[in-house]
Amino acid sequence: MRISLQARARPARAMVWLSPLLAAVLSVIGVSILFALLGRNPLVALDTLFIAPLQSSEGLAELALKATPLLLCAIGIAIGCRAEVWNIGAEGQFTLGAITGGGAALVLGGGGQWWVLPVVVLAGIAGGMAWAAIPALLKTRFNAHEILTTLMLSYVAIQLLGYLVHGPWKDPEGYSFPQTRQFAPDTLLPLLIEGTRLHVGVLLALLTVPLGSILLGRTMIGFRIRTVGAAPGAARYAGFSRERVVWICLLLSGGLAGLAGIFEVAGPDGQLTPVISPGYGFAAIIVAFLGRLNPFGILFASLLMALIYLGGEGLQVSLQLPIAVTGTVQGMLLFFLLAADVLINYRVRLLPARRVPAGDARHA
Amino acid sequence: MQTTRRDLMRTALLAPVAAGAIGSARAAGPYKVGFMYVGPVEEAGYTYQHDHARKLMEEKFAGKVKTTYVENVPEGADAERVIRKLAQSNDMVFTTSFGYMNPTVKVAAQFPKVKFEHATGYKRAANLSTYSARFYEGRFLAGVIAGRMTKSNVIGFVGAFPIPEVVQNINAYALGARMVNPKVTVKVVWVSTWYDPGKERAAADTLMSQGADVLVTHTDSAAVQEAGEQRGIWTIGFNSDMSKYGPKTCLTSVVSDWSGYYIQEVQDAMDGTWKSHDTWGGLKSGMVVLAPFNAALPKPVADEVMARRQDIIDGKLAPFQGPLKDQAGAEKVPAGGALSDQQILGMNWLVQGVEGKI
Repeated sequence: MRISLQARARPARAMVWLSPLLAAVLSVIGVSILFALLGRNPLVALDTLFIAPLQSSEGLAELALKATPLLLCAIGIAIGCRAEVWNIGAEGQFTLGAITGGGAALVLGGGGQWWVLPVVVLAGIAGGMAWAAIPALLKTRFNAHEILTTLMLSYVAIQLLGYLVHGPWKDPEGYSFPQTRQFAPDTLLPLLIEGTRLHVGVLLALLTVPLGSILLGRTMIGFRIRTVGAAPGAARYAGFSRERVVWICLLLSGGLAGLAGIFEVAGPDGQLTPVISPGYGFAAIIVAFLGRLNPFGILFASLLMALIYLGGEGLQVSLQLPIAVTGTVQGMLLFFLLAADVLINYRVRLLPARRVPAGDARHA
Repeated sequence: MQTTRRDLMRTALLAPVAAGAIGSARAAGPYKVGFMYVGPVEEAGYTYQHDHARKLMEEKFAGKVKTTYVENVPEGADAERVIRKLAQSNDMVFTTSFGYMNPTVKVAAQFPKVKFEHATGYKRAANLSTYSARFYEGRFLAGVIAGRMTKSNVIGFVGAFPIPEVVQNINAYALGARMVNPKVTVKVVWVSTWYDPGKERAAADTLMSQGADVLVTHTDSAAVQEAGEQRGIWTIGFNSDMSKYGPKTCLTSVVSDWSGYYIQEVQDAMDGTWKSHDTWGGLKSGMVVLAPFNAALPKPVADEVMARRQDIIDGKLAPFQGPLKDQAGAEKVPAGGALSDQQILGMNWLVQGVEGKI
């Protein structure tokens, strides 16, 4: 017997719905075996991982807070991917948004004027856009591939942040530690629920889901984006400018990543430090594909990803499991989710073992 | 008589309540202590030393204390959530990296009954202490060793970030070396990371190719020790005893030992005598120690280092005593003076004899 994957003529509609379910079942089984081997009660561990984080308003607020940067970055990445514009550098655009927005907060904050916070947020968006404009220019003028340029600019952005917080923007009362002053209260995002860290930015992020969906599905720009991605020849024939689509995609995803950056520093952080992102811009690439490049799918994917992070912390705090176990669990979940997707486009066939001609055994 | 009896009765009634109020989670079982680490525990390095001390502390209190740790927590928005989670289920929480300072302050205000301890920061509250180690005292002794062992009179320093702690260590290393060998210069390479064996290794190679023949590092991996072992160059380890990574060439290590501190703090907290405070421990309190010397270290040098160690413990020698000059040769401390703790804490200049920039 051998197992063979055969391409389906068209994607199986049932599998589109069944594959996440299958992945969930397989994950639960796999994770349970892992916990049992480690001598923990699998039910308690699964409860800690998936249920406990959702059982308090604080937990739900933290979930939304953690999902927000992933959601914003992933929607931008997905819009680009639909046009085959691969923005790998959301991390850098996120960082630039935090720098420009944070810089505005440091300069303008403290006076209590109503317009300061909107300016801070817009500055963050502009920073992300500006950082994404560089790869757009390099792509359209010099045909430099955006996978390389966006990725490399991420490291430049992180170094720039390091320079600023170690140098000119360092808190003069901070004993020379690398951090800026804490932002004035009028530059911080207002909280939605007192006692949690849930801020208004989360609502704005949520708004990008229907907006992204409308943009892609119901507007001319969205149509051009999809056509350039799916059928570049047809797009050229129709006179759609590929350059314009590259610009639109990169500016849009850069702006969204910049928005995520300023939300993070004007939200829970409240200052600039050398480390403002645990890799949101990169994790968002996984989120975008997990959500099948669809804004609503991405919403669920970002929540799931956030839940995996929170549950992983719970495993360490409540069950005293080391971080390697959390990493293994996270990897297992993502593996099953992505692997189950194969079944949408392929069917599994069990075939009898191939007979190997006697003289040809070495090729078997 | 009657009043006495009533008082007795009241005491009897209130006693369980009072016991419950001291630590909400305590009445049921062991005293619970949580730790939060910036890196993975691994086999050596900064986080390993904290975790090693946690284990020793838990063993010491055999069953009376239960510990929990969360490792690899990024400095940033995640830190606050993890600290709060630890505070919800522990009586005492240690947060062991500078970047956890503001989140720890925030959470400490929300959990007035939980005791917090933050390593290497400067913000305190009624239920929030700070603690740190005077690594620079050990590093001064490492400088003495390097000054005696170098043939090229060039010694190297691999630094993570130009924060005061690292700057103190570079300066102390240079001052120790130049005390015994005024011809020594210290070359500094920054790697802009706390843990990246590849970059640390590259920095070590750069320093060796520039003629440095004794290397130290203020980062978290053992890459510099491994590089030294391969090329036959002396090294001095940091955080943990790194001798197993350089059995022939690692002369000693400047080691942080947090166990005595953790045992003391948890004991005080259980006794109800804990108060918010700032601790900056060094050679004297045993928070900074030198690992056993390599057999290759000549006896006279070993004796000299131990003598200087005793001088620092006895207060006869301060690493940052005058006369101190900066890189440009300008006098920072006159002969007979010494830098105050405040000045050391915010140190952002390099001493004469150091080649490198902040």
